[in-house]
Order: sequence, then C-alpha cells, then structure tokens
Amino acid sequence: MDRLDFDIAHMFAGGLVLVSFMLLYQDRLYALLNMFAAQALVLAVSVAWQAYIQDAPHLYITAAITLIFKAIVIPLALHRIVGRLRIQRQVETVVSTVPTMLAGIALVSLSMVVMLRVTQGADVLAREDLAFALSVVLLGLLMMVTRSNAVSQVVGFMSLENGLILAATGARGMPLVVEISVAFSILIALIVVGIFLFRIRERFDSVDLHALDGSKVNRI
Amino acid sequence: MSALLLQNVHLILFLPALTAVVLVTLPDYRLSARLNVASAFVTFLAASSLLIDKPASGSYLLVDDLNIVFIVLNTFVAFTTSLFSASYIAHELETGHLNKANLRFYHTMYQVLLGAMNLALVANNIGLMWVAIEVATLTTVLMVGIYRTDRALEAAWKYFILGSVGIALALFGTILIYMAARPVVGEGSNGMIWTVLIAHVAEFDPALLNLAFVFLLLGYGTKVGLAPLHAWLPDAHAEGPTPISAVLSGLLLNVALYAVLRFKLLMAANPRAIAPGPLMATLGMVSLVFAGLMLYRRSDIKRMFAYSSIEHMGIVAFAFGMGGAVANFAGLLHMTMHSLTKSAIFFAVGQIAQAKGTQRMRDIRGLTVTHPLLGWGLVVGVAAIAGMPPSGVFMSEFLIVSSTVAHAPLLAAPLTLGLLIAFGALLWRLHGLAFGEPTGSLAPVKASSAPLAMHLGLVLAAGIYLPPPLVAWFQHVAVMLG
Repeated sequence: MDRLDFDIAHMFAGGLVLVSFMLLYQDRLYALLNMFAAQALVLAVSVAWQAYIQDAPHLYITAAITLIFKAIVIPLALHRIVGRLRIQRQVETVVSTVPTMLAGIALVSLSMVVMLRVTQGADVLAREDLAFALSVVLLGLLMMVTRSNAVSQVVGFMSLENGLILAATGARGMPLVVEISVAFSILIALIVVGIFLFRIRERFDSVDLHALDGSKVNRI
Repeated sequence: MSALLLQNVHLILFLPALTAVVLVTLPDYRLSARLNVASAFVTFLAASSLLIDKPASGSYLLVDDLNIVFIVLNTFVAFTTSLFSASYIAHELETGHLNKANLRFYHTMYQVLLGAMNLALVANNIGLMWVAIEVATLTTVLMVGIYRTDRALEAAWKYFILGSVGIALALFGTILIYMAARPVVGEGSNGMIWTVLIAHVAEFDPALLNLAFVFLLLGYGTKVGLAPLHAWLPDAHAEGPTPISAVLSGLLLNVALYAVLRFKLLMAANPRAIAPGPLMATLGMVSLVFAGLMLYRRSDIKRMFAYSSIEHMGIVAFAFGMGGAVANFAGLLHMTMHSLTKSAIFFAVGQIAQAKGTQRMRDIRGLTVTHPLLGWGLVVGVAAIAGMPPSGVFMSEFLIVSSTVAHAPLLAAPLTLGLLIAFGALLWRLHGLAFGEPTGSLAPVKASSAPLAMHLGLVLAAGIYLPPPLVAWFQHVAVMLG
C-alpha cells in the first residue's frame, strides 16, 4: 500500500479519537451535539477515504449514510428535541472533567497496548485502525458512564457506534450487511430515543404540560 | 451461492414477520390476540418439523442438532406465552393499564420479537445473528416501557443503555472474528459464515480470537444476564407486562446464551487459543452466588423471580463452562427446565398480581386459601425451580453438582452453597406468599390456567421420566459441545 494513503487514513482515524476526547469535556448540550456532528463528519471522511484506497465502492454508501444521518439528521433532530422540550442545557456530570480526561487517556493507552500487541499478525493499517476504533469505543463508554443526562448518554452511545463503524471499515472486505445494519440500528435507536425522551418528558415534567396536551399522551 | 433451504426453516422466519405486518393493521384486539396465538402455534409446528426433516445449511441459514433444541423450546414457550398473554392483556385493557393502540403495538412487537429470535437461532452468518439479537433487544425495550409509568420508563431506559452497550461490544467481537478469519478464508462474506469459520478456525491467529471472545462473552453475556452485567434484568422483568417477563426469562436469555455457545465452539476448535470454559464458569459462578444472596432482600415478586433467572442462567453458564459430556448434558437439560418452569411461574405471578392488584410480596399472603389453583400452581412451580425432587430442575442440578465433584472438587463447595442459598430464599418467600393469613382481594381470576398446567406437567414428567430419544439427542449435542 502507498505510504501516503496509509498516512492519510491514519490521520483521519487519529482525528476521530481526538474528537472523541473533545466530546468528553463539553459542558453544554448544544455544544455537545455540534461536537458529535463533527465526529460523524470526520468518520464519514475517514470511511470515504477507506473506500477509495480499498477500492470498495460499497463503503461510499456507508460514508454517505454516516454523513447524512449522523452528521446532519440526528444532531438536528436532537437539537430540536432539546429546544422543544426545554431540557436543561447544562450537562450534569457524575465525574468532573479532569478525572474523566485522565481516565480517557488511560483507556486510549490501554487499547493501544492491547490491540497492537494482539494483532501483530494482521496488516498494519488494519491493526492501527482497530486500536483507534477500540479507543473510540472505550471513550464512548466512558462518556455514557460519566454523564447522567439522557441526551448525553445517547450521544455517548452513538459515538461508541462510530468507533464500531471505523473498525468495520478498517477490516478489508467486510460484507456490507454489517455496516448497513449498524447504520440501521442507529436509526432505530434514534426512534427509540425520540419516543423515550418524549415519554420521559411526559412523565417527569409538571402537570401543566400534561393538562395542556392531554391528547399527546395516547399518541404512541 | 446460497442453497435454497426447505420450507420449514423459512416458515419460522416469515410467518412471524407476515403476522406482524397483519397485526399492525388490525384494530380489533381480540382478533389480534387470537391471530397471535394461531401464528405462534403454526410456528411451533414448523419448528417441530425440523426435527424430522432437517434442511441442509446454506450460507445464511444453518440448522444443526444444537440449534434445533433451542428453536423447538423457543417456539413452544412462545406459543404457550401467547395463550397466557391473550387473557392477561384483556384484563389490562379492562383495568385501563393499556389502551387499544398499546395492544396493537404490543401484538406486533410480540411477533417481531419471535421472528428476530428465530432468526438469531438459525443464522449461519455471525453478522446476521448479531442483527437479529439487536432487533430482539430493541423490541423488548419498547415492550418493557409500554406501561409508561416512571418506573417502567426508567427500567426500559436502563435496559436500552445496558443492552446497547452489550450488543456494541458483541459487534466489536464479531469484527475481530472476521479480522482473525480474513488471512485464512479470504475477504468477503466467507469470513462471517459460522460453518466456514469452524472448518478453518484451527489456523486463525489465537491472540485475535482470544480478544474477540472476551468482547463476545461480555457483550452477549450482558444479554444473558450474567453478573456483573445483569443490572438491567430485574428492572426490565419487574416493570414490563408479565408475558414479556416470561419471554425474556424463558427465551431471550437462552438466545443470547446460544450465541455465546457458538463462539465457545469456535474457541474450543483452535488448540492455541485460551480455553473459553473457565471464563464462562467464573461468570456463571459469580452470578449464581450473587443472585442467590440478592434473593433474600427482594420485596417485589417479579423482581425476585428475575433474580432467580440470573441465578439459573449462572448455573447453566457454569455447566457449559465446565464442559464434558455430563456437564453439557446437564446444562442443556437445566436450560430447558428453567425456561419451562420460569415462564410457568411468571404466568402464575402475572395472574396473582392482577388478582391482588399489587406486586409487593408483603401484601400477598395466603394464596392457597384465596386462589387455590393459582396458589398451588405457584407452590409447585417455585418448589420445582428451587430444585426439589421430583422436578426436572432437581435432576439437572444433581448432574451438574456430581459432575463438578468428579472434575473440579474445589468448585463443588461454592456451587452447592450457591444452590442452597437460593433454595432457602425461595422457600422462605414461598411460605409467606402461599400460606398464612389471607390478604387482599378474593376475586377469582378469569385467565386460563392451561399454559401453567402444561409447563408444570412437563417439568414434573421430565423429573420422573425422560424419553430415550430426547436423552439420546441431548447426549449427542453434549458431545458436540465438547
């Protein structure tokens, strides 16, 4: 493989890890959503680049799905949900920023050590991609653990799935079934999430809202 | 490339899908409930026909001796649960807990869930299996939240988050398996077909396989409800509709366990990879002892039986982890008996909770006086699940303990201790529920007790006499599991 191709792929995967770190310290919901969109954008570019160097046209579809759904549709939808439901804009964290970042660094080093040692037989690009992907997955998990707010947990989960897509595209020749299903699962997840936020709102908010839109209660 | 399989395999997949489509459009809930039962019954018949007429496996679907056991058990419990669900749901409608739109949604999801579980069981492609388990998870999340009380929503949310993380870890493991397979079997879908993988797994890179198995065990293990990843399970069981508790305990946990077993077989076929057994046995033992202790502190009846499910899945995982012909046989038998008994208990508990209007055990007493049939049904069911002879559970637990004594005497002590702890807790609780001063409503229950009787009858019969063909079948599978 061309040295330059490899370096560029490497750069995008590394960029994804970097953006995952930036997700960790966002303390406002809107900023968090914007950062998630940025992460999805980096992922889309990275997948498109993989499609180009692997000469695998089906990966372009994955890139497109990522771009449209995760970088545009889902962040916009969540923006609207946050705005309309008047969810508190401040992100409540269970663990404060500094320990979270330190834990994140530890997790990334862990995944590097584990993956690079384990995958000595595999080809270079694949193994480094896997190490980056595992880092993104672990950072997503960390985010889900350290946030108590439902929206930021969902963002953590989607960031985790971004790591999975990076891993799946890095594995050369992996059948399309998986990528589509991942994208699909995100979509279903969003529907579920949307319904949930709606219902959670319905239940936990004051009685006025209930009285105002009583008709909404039976809608789903 | 994909050989067209015979019709019966397709039927157990398409029939639920088709029924789900019809159910979406059907406004009358009585008709939907009947259709639900009828479809589940035909699916069960189709699944049973696999026993006689086993189709060849293709690149997407696989039917072998291992998964037929799971499929037949699954479709049978799904059918009896649909019977129970029909009367249960009518009561929920009368009391206003659910409305007609909810019911339409509920029936549709029930069939989607059945189809997804069947697909997970017959999938030959590990990616397809993953997708099916993900769909099954999402449908159950929606069903758990169907009552829309604060607690139901919280339970569904917790289940959604933990279930998704589990499923995500499992996908990462699946990708790693593909990475391990690629240098040997080449690029493309071959690297995800289980039958191809098992044929070549001896040449795979063992380090990658080890890592993959850890992710798969943690991922699917979350869905099996193994401690310490079990946190979603008690909430999901307690807050959802009772038929769903029965399906979760009796079926979905088994499906996830089946996935773990498939990958355990892969690991066992590569001599240089770590042995998967001890990992599974450890998780199983921890779940057993932990859940046994937790049983003492429950105040909600459904939550208590959810912990009992964790305990029993722990026993099954432990048995399969121990390996060997006897332990595997006992594991299969225990899994079957647990599915039948636990769903029967949930049938009884659902009717009890409806009759008494509460799930708090403190408010339920003297059931054998107020509702003799239900009360004694519960007594028989709980005695069976606690492992009293002559139930089938006793036999399987006895086999597991004796096999452990023979192969790993040191483990036999904690295993027996765990079993005894759980035994004590269940009988202690049962005494309060079934006997003593009667409390609460005396109103008779209208629901049919046929599913309850059917399951308990089978469990008791199995404790006394196992038909030789079944024994031979299980023994064959046990040898296959290694």
